[in-house]
Order: sequence, then C-alpha cells, then structure tokens
Amino acid sequence: MKHKVATTVNGRRHEHEVEARLLLVHYLRDVVGLTGTHVGCDTSQCGACTILVDGNAVKSCTMFAVQAEGKSLTTIEGMAKDGELHPLQQAFWDEHGLQCGYCTPGFIMAASYLLSQNPNPTEDEIRKGLEGNLCRCTGYVNIIKSVQSAAKAMNGSKAKAGEHSAAARRS
Amino acid sequence: MIPAAFEYAKASSVEEAVKLLGKYGEDAKVLAGGHSLIPLMRLRLAQPKALVDINGIKELDHIKEDGSKLRIGALTRHVTLQNSNVVKDKLPLLAEVAGEVGDNQVRNMGTIGGVVAHADAAGDYPTIALMLDAEIVTNRRTIAAKDFFTDIFTTPLEADEIVTEVVFPVANGPHKYIKFRRRLFDWAIVGAAAQKMNGGWRIGLTNVGSTPVRAKAVEEALQKGAKPEEAAQQASEGLNPSGDLRASPEYKKHLARVLTKRAIEQAG
Ligand SMILES: Cc1cc2nc3c(=O)[nH]c(=O)nc-3n(C[C@H](O)[C@H](O)[C@H](O)COP(=O)(O)OP(=O)(O)OC[C@H]3O[C@@H](n4cnc5c(N)ncnc54)[C@H](O)[C@@H]3O)c2cc1C
Ligand code: FES
Ligand code: FES
Repeated sequence: MKHKVATTVNGRRHEHEVEARLLLVHYLRDVVGLTGTHVGCDTSQCGACTILVDGNAVKSCTMFAVQAEGKSLTTIEGMAKDGELHPLQQAFWDEHGLQCGYCTPGFIMAASYLLSQNPNPTEDEIRKGLEGNLCRCTGYVNIIKSVQSAAKAMNGSKAKAGEHSAAARRS
Repeated sequence: MIPAAFEYAKASSVEEAVKLLGKYGEDAKVLAGGHSLIPLMRLRLAQPKALVDINGIKELDHIKEDGSKLRIGALTRHVTLQNSNVVKDKLPLLAEVAGEVGDNQVRNMGTIGGVVAHADAAGDYPTIALMLDAEIVTNRRTIAAKDFFTDIFTTPLEADEIVTEVVFPVANGPHKYIKFRRRLFDWAIVGAAAQKMNGGWRIGLTNVGSTPVRAKAVEEALQKGAKPEEAAQQASEGLNPSGDLRASPEYKKHLARVLTKRAIEQAG
C-alpha cells in the first residue's frame, strides 16, 4: 500500500505516493532527485545522511519518508543562496575541511544545527556537537577549523546587520 | 539496506494506537524515535508486519512534577530531557544521562519510552530507572523497574501494551554518571551511576549483564561507612558479564569497580 507524503524541501513543496518502508534519505535522493545527501553506513552511525527536519539535525537514513509528512526539510542543496555559498560551505572550502567530500554534506548540516543552538561554540563543544558524524579521510582538525571560521563569519555578518539596523534606527 | 515491507498507521491517541496494535496482532510494533527499530529493520533483524507510529500522540510528550515524583511521558526525546529546566532541577542525573545518549542527531529523535521498551543491556536510562526504583506506566498497569527489565531485550510488555510514562522520584543531591566508551557517541562499554538519596547512596551499573544492575553491596558498604574505594570493590560482586568485541568479562568487572569508585568520588 502506498501513502501520500507532502513535504517542503528547501522551500519547495513536494507531493508523492511512497511505500511505507522508503527511507527518508532514499526519498530525497531517488524520488525528489536531490543526491547531495549521502548514505555512508547501514548502522545509523556515520551521519553522512544528516539533514534538518523542522530545523533539527536528523539522520535521514533512520526515518521513514512517511514520517516526514507535513515537515520542512533542508538538505545541503538548500544551503547556498542566490549563487553564494553558505558561510559553512565557504569555510569548508577555505579551511580545507574536506578531502573526498563524501561526509561533507552531513558535516555541514550537523554543523548548521550546532551553530543554530550555539552560535559561539568552543572547540570541545564543536567536537561534542559533531560526534554523530564520521570522516574517513580529512581528519577532524580542519573540519573543526572550518566550523570555527564559519561561526566567526556568521557572527560577523550578524553583528554587521545589527550595526546597520542600529544605524538605521538612529538616523 | 532496505527494510522488508510493512503496513503503516499513525495513531493520534493511546486508545487508537492500542486498537491498531490489536488489529495487526503479534507482528506489529510501535514506532517511536525509530533509532533502535529502524537500524534493526534495515539489517532485517526485525521484520514487523506493521508499524504503529506514536509520534503524533501529544499526550505522551510531557514532563510533569507531581509532589515527590517526576512523570516523564514516553515520547519525551533525549534532547528535551537534556535541556529541561524541571529535570535539571528535580533529577539532574537524568538530564546529564540524556545528554550522553548517542549524538545530537540521535537525541533529536530517540525517546525515553523507546529505550525502556527496547531494554538493551547497554541502554542508559534503564540503569537509572532501576537504581532509583522508578515505575514504568503502561496503558494497562504500573510496573516497578525491578520487575520490568527481566532479560536482554525482554520486558513483561504485551504485544498491544504501550509505555505511557516513566515515573522517577525527585532526587537532586550529589550524583554522577560515568560512561566508559571508545568514541563519544558510542554505547557504554560499562557505565556507573551514583546518586545520594534519602541519606544513602544508590549505585547502578550499565552493560555488565543481560539487564541493568543495582549494586546493593556497594550501597550497603557505604552505609556502614566504607570509603568509596573500599565500597567500590563490591561493584563486581556477583556479576557475570559476557565479553564482546570491545571488552572481556574480566575487563568489564574491572571497569565496574573503577567507574563506581569514580562516580561516588565525583558525585556533586
Ligand atoms: C548511533 C546511535 C547511538 C546510540 N547510543 C545510545 C546510547 O549511548 N545509549 C542509549 O541508551 N541508547 C543509544 N541509542 C539508542 C537510542 O537511544 C534509541 O533512540 C532508543 O534505544 C530507542 O528509542 P526510540 O524512541 O528510538 O524507539 P524505537 O526505535 O522507535 O523503538 C524501539 C523498540 O521499543 C518499542 N517501543 C518504542 N516506544 C514504545 C512505547 N512507548 N511503548 C511500547 N513499546 C515501545 C518499539 O516497538 C521497538 O521495539 C543509540 C542509537 C544510535 C542510532
Ligand atoms: S547513512 Fe545515515 S548515519 Fe550513516
Ligand atoms: S572527506 Fe572523505 S570521508 Fe570525510
């Protein structure tokens, strides 16, 4: 028996009929056609499949598509805006936070959740916040640097936006 | 891998979920956070004919203070327990344990009811439930934790019985949970918990047998005035852990003694 699922993926509405056993990650890759979300393991451990479900980081290999009914999903494809990389994507590029790149979408989505909860994490907090993601080739040093650099960039642009609006209020 | 096919129904109340479970019979399973069940289904170690999704049952997601008790709804996620001010205030040990279950992604989905019903010997909450004499409430009855965890992956729950709440006593004295593992997000190789309560100590151990263990001999030794390192020698008394890839039985017993000592000493 098929079930109707309506989701919003990166701001776009989708409606499909799916089997109950379809995993959310396969729905994104094979039904919606967004292959940026990867599958790295069979044991819910690697985090390569991490996406945001209503803003919360979730391993999309450990949820069925039918459970996403009515939910808003963000994948790596939803991060860049108007042709500009998201600060996390830019930082992984600048700081060499990847080698093969297989784990990267998951790391970026997990890091984006971490920064939404804690915009200024310490190194320990970054390590703990990314404990659910495994990288087999870069090592974690540059990944942590990337998240630190993105946090700085994001806080900087927020501070700037704050200055602008303060200036606007003054004038 | 892809799970075997199953029927799926989403319940919006406990009554509806029980009715659906009754309709599908023995081969149906409750779907809560899915973080034990879906991995098993992917490996086809579990092939339920039907899943009854309880994620839409709002009444199961609550944290209520009730005099000297704390009533936690079965669908309360690990992340909610970890951040709850009520839990931090009334039973801080539970908030700390919740923060050590899996990783952020696991904590955003997994539920306390799921851990308890699944009864994995390495589950963290069962240890706390057992040592504090918590109660597991279902749609039918209330079961004391000491009668609930009967064997590995085994509880007295019937096929159409749903855990609705786990009820803990309030305890906000000195406490500590130490979870020994190779990687941050791993399950405990061995875990030890200490909680000061009503003038005495409660000591619990994770993953040193087929069920959680309450280390009564350690509690009694402390009561008689033994120092933590002396009392902790009793932690491996009567234990018969099985070895696995990560630890031999002897090593687990060693860890039980060392971690118990540290948990008591570091309890704050
Ligand atoms: C990478 C990883 C690391 C993990 N690390 C830890 C860890 O360190 N410590 C730990 O304790 N856990 C750990 N877990 C397991 C996690 O906490 C699970 O969330 C939990 O074991 C099961 O809860 P759930 O809500 O996901 O239940 P589900 O997976 O949905 O269900 C598990 C079982 O319980 C039954 N069930 C669920 N809810 C109810 C209910 N209310 N009434 C009756 N039956 C019910 C289901 O039918 C099923 O049989 C880890 C999981 C992963 C993937
Ligand atoms: S593919 Fe989801 S955790 Fe590895
Ligand atoms: S960059 Fe290759 S696995 Fe992380």
